[in-house]
Amino acid sequence: MRKEENFTLKNELGLHARVAAMLVNVSSKYDARISFEKDGIEVDGTSILDILTLACPKGSNITIRAEGTDADRAMKEFARLIENKFGED
Amino acid sequence: MDQEKIKKTVLLRGIGVSPGIVSGKAYVLDRRDVKALHYNLYGKDVIEREVERFRKALDESEKELLNIKERLGEGEEIGPLFIDVQIMILRDEKFVGSTVRNIRSRSINAEWALSLSVSRYREMFEKIEDAYLKGRIKDIEDVAQIVFRNLSGDTHESIVDIPDRVILIAHDLSPADTVQMKTEKILAFATDVGSKTSHTAIIARAIEIPATVGLKNVSEVVKTNDIVIIDGTWGTVIVNPDPELIKRYEEKRRHYHIMEEDLNKEAPLPSVTKDGHRIGIGANIEFSDEAVSAVSHGANGVGLFRTEFIYINKEQLPTEEEHYYHYQRVIETEGIKWATIRTFDLGGDKFISDPRLAEEMNPAMGLRAVRYCLREIDLFKVQIRAILRASVLGNTGILIPMISGVEEIRHVKEIIAEVKDELKKEGKPYGEGIKLGIMIEVPSAVVIADLLAREVDFFSIGTNDLIQYSLAIDRVNERVDYLYKPCHPAILRLIKQVVEAGHRAGIKVAMCGEMAGDPLYALVLMGLGLDGLSMTPLAIPRIKKIMRESTYSESTELIQNILGFMEAHEVEEYVRDYMTERFPELCPVNYEGLNERI
Repeated sequence: MRKEENFTLKNELGLHARVAAMLVNVSSKYDARISFEKDGIEVDGTSILDILTLACPKGSNITIRAEGTDADRAMKEFARLIENKFGED
Repeated sequence: MDQEKIKKTVLLRGIGVSPGIVSGKAYVLDRRDVKALHYNLYGKDVIEREVERFRKALDESEKELLNIKERLGEGEEIGPLFIDVQIMILRDEKFVGSTVRNIRSRSINAEWALSLSVSRYREMFEKIEDAYLKGRIKDIEDVAQIVFRNLSGDTHESIVDIPDRVILIAHDLSPADTVQMKTEKILAFATDVGSKTSHTAIIARAIEIPATVGLKNVSEVVKTNDIVIIDGTWGTVIVNPDPELIKRYEEKRRHYHIMEEDLNKEAPLPSVTKDGHRIGIGANIEFSDEAVSAVSHGANGVGLFRTEFIYINKEQLPTEEEHYYHYQRVIETEGIKWATIRTFDLGGDKFISDPRLAEEMNPAMGLRAVRYCLREIDLFKVQIRAILRASVLGNTGILIPMISGVEEIRHVKEIIAEVKDELKKEGKPYGEGIKLGIMIEVPSAVVIADLLAREVDFFSIGTNDLIQYSLAIDRVNERVDYLYKPCHPAILRLIKQVVEAGHRAGIKVAMCGEMAGDPLYALVLMGLGLDGLSMTPLAIPRIKKIMRESTYSESTELIQNILGFMEAHEVEEYVRDYMTERFPELCPVNYEGLNERI
């Protein structure tokens, strides 16, 4: 199964270290291979440094891809995290 | 033996940030020494062993971090958040993978390979425009330092491992270092950098160990096992004192302790002069758990709860409940009769702040304090909601920092009214009697103090910024810090003007700057008519004792005398002479005698 969705980051500080750490935790939890893309640059969802170097401040548009049997569930969890602004507000 | 004899006694002056005198053996924590040696490897086996060595260092680094995290435990206000991130970086496959690849493909040692990986990330982070995200390279560099340390096999560089009962000397101390000090037996510390408001200073005061910072080169002058004397009260460090000097300091220390004990015994006595004049004494606190120590040091209330710590060291913004938790703890502390909560003052020289602000040319005059709150209203409202809700529990005031004009305070009032409406609609109670005050720390606020007084319930003068802005001197610029004079005639007049404007409008005027806690200025401030003084808890017993041993009329007389002076140094000298003669036990002595000896 392959899923792909676009998101806009709404939390104050964007993809900062703490938030990146949360994304890595989710990516590592699922069997599906997860990647994040911004402006044509795609990075590995399990690397906190990759995610940080994507440099996504508030308002960035990112694409999340998930490939694997549990891709659907992983995508839903990402959507929830981003929607809830990573629990920050 | 001869070498021992010729060790020169050196006196270093810095900023005393946490009082007390301690002498003992120094332990120099020098992280800058961890340099990466570069060399090539020959042979497949050697290369694989190097990879192994690197992985072992990673494991050890991780263990170290987990250890720190465990020590910090649950319920700590600061700490574990950045440690989690550091552990994740240690485990990052890209980071580890690129270093291992460097070792193998270039046949180089682990240190070299690791520094190449860090450089590559540095280049990548350089290109990031967002200042905050760009700054995250620091996380990687910090992690790399830990790994370098473990590669070098030096096991003594973590605070946890250093020997007991030493005086810690360092270039700088990180938040992780200072947090761990709580549990370690460090007698005192001294650092090259830092200021009174720096993170380390705040923690030193909270855990009550003497500390002197801003010594510029103490980490180079002092060697491990040197004998040093740290005087955290007056900000000096004496390196390799001769036996006589040690004796003198031991005497001074004993004296200090005896006096401290007496002072603390008397701390609960009321702050009333012999002729019945009463001044409210509050404590300036940074963490909610300091409220207990505020009471034990004799504070009637909290005059300034700096809320920055609720934000600092947190990668994510605090929730309303987190705010509420801290306010409720302070307000409900036994013995706290009132609590003034200052809305957050980030930006300027205040540590991390929202790092997006850090790039400003002149941060002290930049987007900070109330200016930032009025721009990020949603963020501000979260704090206001929590304060309003907590104010049900006791006598509470909201204090707004850095107000420069009437429009700002009106805007703040609108926001507070909106929040009250929201809470009402949600059926959530809030304290009806909550008072609103502003900090007077910008010269324009002094000039229009009469207009501002109509808008609020109280004033609190923030002398640190007021002095900096009115005398146009950057507090952190050592080339002009000699001009930083609390007793400058202009400052005395500004204070007087604010007190008079407040009193004419029937509102109280307090002071919460460093000046309020300096025993030298106690009578000056009383004579200028301030209704309340708020200071670091440790300063309270002294100030209260001075008040109890003097009269209000004595203080007004002193003011009459010094308002006649034209030059700042005349005022300073007069006040110093007067106070050290009148209260020799309570006021700082000067170091002239010591200088002659060295």
